[in-house]
Amino acid sequence: MSDQEVQTDILKIEDLHVSVGGKPILKGVNLEIRRGETHALMGPNGSGKSTLGMAIMGHPGYEVTQGAVWINDENILEMGPDERARRGLFMAFQRPVAIPGVRLADFLRHATTNVRRPERREGEELLPMREFRKELREKMAQLRMDPEFARRYVNEGFSGGEMKRAEILQMAMLRPKFAILDETDSGLDVDAVRLASQSIAEIGRSKMGILIITHHDKLLENNVPDKTHVMLGGRIVETGGPELARELHANGYDRIRADHPEAAAEEEAMRQDGALQKAM
Amino acid sequence: MTATKITPSGFTDEAFEAFLAAREEPAWATQQRREAWQAFGRMEWPKSDQEEWRRTDIRMFRLEKYQPPQPVSAEAELPPALLAEGVQLGGRTASLNSQTVVSELDPSLAAQGVLFGGTEQILREHGDLLRPYFGGPAFAMGHDRFSALHGAFWSGGAVLYVPRGVRVAEPLHVLAALTDEGVDLSRITVVMEEGSEATLLTETAGGGKLAFHCGAIELLLAPGARLRFVSLQHWDNTVWHFAQQQARLQSNAQLQWTIGALGARLAKVNQEVILCGEGANAQVNGVMFTEGKQHLAYHTLQQHEAGNCTSDLLYKGALQDQSRIVWRGMIKVDPGADGTDGYQRNDNLMLSNHARSDSIPGLEIEADDVRCTHGSTTSRVDEELIFYAQSRGLTRREATRMIVSGFFQQVFDRITIDSVREALGEAIGRRIREYRDT
Repeated sequence: MSDQEVQTDILKIEDLHVSVGGKPILKGVNLEIRRGETHALMGPNGSGKSTLGMAIMGHPGYEVTQGAVWINDENILEMGPDERARRGLFMAFQRPVAIPGVRLADFLRHATTNVRRPERREGEELLPMREFRKELREKMAQLRMDPEFARRYVNEGFSGGEMKRAEILQMAMLRPKFAILDETDSGLDVDAVRLASQSIAEIGRSKMGILIITHHDKLLENNVPDKTHVMLGGRIVETGGPELARELHANGYDRIRADHPEAAAEEEAMRQDGALQKAM
Repeated sequence: MTATKITPSGFTDEAFEAFLAAREEPAWATQQRREAWQAFGRMEWPKSDQEEWRRTDIRMFRLEKYQPPQPVSAEAELPPALLAEGVQLGGRTASLNSQTVVSELDPSLAAQGVLFGGTEQILREHGDLLRPYFGGPAFAMGHDRFSALHGAFWSGGAVLYVPRGVRVAEPLHVLAALTDEGVDLSRITVVMEEGSEATLLTETAGGGKLAFHCGAIELLLAPGARLRFVSLQHWDNTVWHFAQQQARLQSNAQLQWTIGALGARLAKVNQEVILCGEGANAQVNGVMFTEGKQHLAYHTLQQHEAGNCTSDLLYKGALQDQSRIVWRGMIKVDPGADGTDGYQRNDNLMLSNHARSDSIPGLEIEADDVRCTHGSTTSRVDEELIFYAQSRGLTRREATRMIVSGFFQQVFDRITIDSVREALGEAIGRRIREYRDT
């Protein structure tokens, strides 16, 4: 693929409204990411960042009530999550689930085959074992992972750091056009975040369009965002450059709330509603 | 095979006499049949007020629809054998509608005194040798009317006899096949003499629109014998399957018994492992998959008669559609069987909201120094797992299959025969449709 073609891929989120359990969470999100760009999505807890990721990936519990998500000229909202993955979309989960009894290597061989050969039909051959193993070993070495790790069951008994590294490994193998990294830094110590940050940079930069959902700026050290977006109350209220991420990390969201009182009020209402639900 | 035609007239006195007249077998074996036939006449079909049959409804079963085993045509084709695929076998037998049609044994094994072949043939040629073992307590013809019917009309199946100290390296294979309206009353008898070793793979296939199996398996392990035994029940989902199966282990004998239960319209199986000698060790693996309206009931018994024995049972089942699995397990520890280590566990995975599983573990312990544990779980396919797998490019059906195969992995990890793991995995994989929470 030539550089020019790489530049043309675009992920476009248009006026996206999403409800969870009948409650509106996203209230009109617009975002455009070109392949090769890194975007940071920041915002306080409960502002809708993870909801955006889940909705783009196609979780059935996240109901899109309005808007569209395009990869180039296809509206992916009409596709199942697996078709979206085959169009080049990837999400590193904040809390990936364990699949008991399924070895990471077997899982990933199946996934890699499907994503790299989007036209593959069920039951058709998987990638040749030898070729796949070789590549997997190389990628694991790059991520400083013990090759034995591939024999373990997917996410079962993984530590927080292992889970996040396994997510990055999957991203490296699947070579997506667009990757959403949902709090890939949460629950990790400083060294683990640095390693994750470096790995993402090595694997992803320039080849993918990346949306990094984060509270902190550690992950952004090696992945300086072309753009930083701030989400509040289910909308993106501000977009800036890397300096915005640094500002939020240093000073928090008070300035944002003050500048966007309507969104701040929405956020407060959602928070109270959430607290009320928990109390019940 | 005897060519005499039996007048088809159901399971009547007349048919029984005609059946006997057409056979050549030792008089003592015929006597066993007569006793069983008398017992059959005295007994009634099991009723739903009996605890053992409370969850298994056989009112739709009609013995009148079937005939005693009939000679089969020589051209009849056998269905493929899943467990034999790609396996170098030391011998094999196959029966069709209870008539042995294939019987082969590697001459080098025969030279070591190994006997293997269709039950009638071995009984005819080595009746005196078999007499102490054949149709013994395992068959407990008084158990119920099905076992009595089997005792009277058993036909086909196989005998394996491994002499003292002989190790049979290559697996042996037994196939029992049924055609439409066929009856399989086959009997499998395995006698392992002291210190012998063998692997026996048995499986069932076919059945057409309607067929009936009423069989028995008896495994007798002398001190120090080691047997890996596999019984794969893979009938068409139209077959009525009733079976009485028992293993008896003398001191320090070791058994790995793997059951695959995939087929049959309705199955009612009693699988019993009796640890009769000190230090015996039995591992029981069950792999069950049901779909449609299948009803599979497996009742297991681990009886510790002697001390310091180990029994370890793990049954795992996945249920699709409106199918139902009943597992009722019992560990019995007799007085004085100290040092017993017994374990039983049953896990079921529901692939539909309309399936049903009944999991009933039980313990009866009459010794003091024992360690017995049991457990059972029922779980559903988790939508979050499906979404996760789908987000990696797997289709919903592939995701379902992967989750189900992961569910079975724990029991597959215990099965030490590669071809059996693969055959079971593939057979289950073919049946799984995509999971929908409806």
